[in-house]
Amino acid sequence: LPAPRVYKTTAIVLRHRKLGEADKILTLFTANYGKLDAVAKGVRRPTSKLAGHVEPLTYSTFLLALGRELDIVTQAETLEPLTPLREDLERLGRGLYAAELVDRLTPDRQESYPLFRLLLETLRRLATRDDLDLALRYFEVQLLDELGYRPQLDRCVSCEAALEPTTNFWSAAAGGVLCPACAADDPLARELSLSALKVLRLLQRGSFADAARVRMERMLSQELERHLREYTRYVLERDLRSAAFLDTLRRQKALRT
Amino acid sequence: LDEPVTSAAAPVARLIEEFHKLPGVGPKSAQRLTYHLLRAPADEARALAQAILEVKEKTVLCSVCQNIADSDPCAICSNPGRDHGAICVVEEPLDILALERAGAYKGLYHVLHGVISPMDGVGPEDLKVQELLSRLRSGDVHEVIMATNPNLEGEATAMYIARLISPLDVKVTRLARGLPVGADLEYADNVTLARALEGRQEV
Repeated sequence: LPAPRVYKTTAIVLRHRKLGEADKILTLFTANYGKLDAVAKGVRRPTSKLAGHVEPLTYSTFLLALGRELDIVTQAETLEPLTPLREDLERLGRGLYAAELVDRLTPDRQESYPLFRLLLETLRRLATRDDLDLALRYFEVQLLDELGYRPQLDRCVSCEAALEPTTNFWSAAAGGVLCPACAADDPLARELSLSALKVLRLLQRGSFADAARVRMERMLSQELERHLREYTRYVLERDLRSAAFLDTLRRQKALRT
Repeated sequence: LDEPVTSAAAPVARLIEEFHKLPGVGPKSAQRLTYHLLRAPADEARALAQAILEVKEKTVLCSVCQNIADSDPCAICSNPGRDHGAICVVEEPLDILALERAGAYKGLYHVLHGVISPMDGVGPEDLKVQELLSRLRSGDVHEVIMATNPNLEGEATAMYIARLISPLDVKVTRLARGLPVGADLEYADNVTLARALEGRQEV
């Protein structure tokens, strides 16, 4: 019996780029095969049957045909359009940030259902909830965990002494928290407040429902964002492009108020 | 022993290479185009070379609408017969051609020369957004029509610019989204169908 030429999977569209006259290459995070690129033909024509089902940040079911280099999308149907993500810049910017992190940090065709669930649940939260930053921080911490970059939050990464309930230090290079004594040797270590450490532990260990009970004031929210961004930048060895867009939105907001 | 000849004569190879840099031209097409020109009369080759030079030398960016034009301000911006109170914002110069072909719009345009695409690192500062804002501040524009593409990047750009314009007290509208002519309902996606229902018209 010849091997089947087509296969079916559900997937979240992470990004797209133009190909030729009317086609696009989609980067999909699939439930069954991990991340993969596929060609969607003719989707830049107004009468394309596929176009509306393969926009970035949509959750769709796909029928893919084996191609010579890239597989080809033969059918697609939206499962969840996650429309609110597309109708609000704050939601959209964070959704793209999450998608870019997954795109940059995962290898091609490495199946990971937990990662797929995490991304889908995060996009749903970003589409519906108001605590957008908390949802994004939870995503970052859980993603790092899933990919094997879990930061150490209980003991000092250097001397392995249990951390005291005081201001400790955050070091992306060391892979977690340093006690004040060890931090003296690391010029790049940054102060980590006790509340930020507590929230990080909750994000790492708790369910989202637990984490969602935290009410973060702005200072704390910004501190966590700074630390986690530094951490992911260290893992990626580069800046996330969509982070710049979130910064632009924030600057604009500050100008208006 | 003689080496086999594996590459074309140097001037030929150079032209092949130049064609190959163009979008949508693969190595085989580049070779075909080059050998076609080699066989064509010298006039034809000279006309092509001239046209390529002129497209760079004789075009300017219209300082008002940022469209590529042969005069500044361009023919559209300097036409008194058009409605100078309406500005239609598009991503690329080619979009103006498409809208003009439709023949239903008599206002002015503004070309952004791109679209906000956070994951590709393209932000509003890379587009002609400030130029649009200064047009709105100086003139008496009553409506800005956002005609960016109805995809993720186009929507993001439209939302972003609408947010920037909101303090200026100018009406901002968005092109309607719905079913394209010749389409099939059964294949329409949820978002398009929802929008088509929202925008339904009495017949």
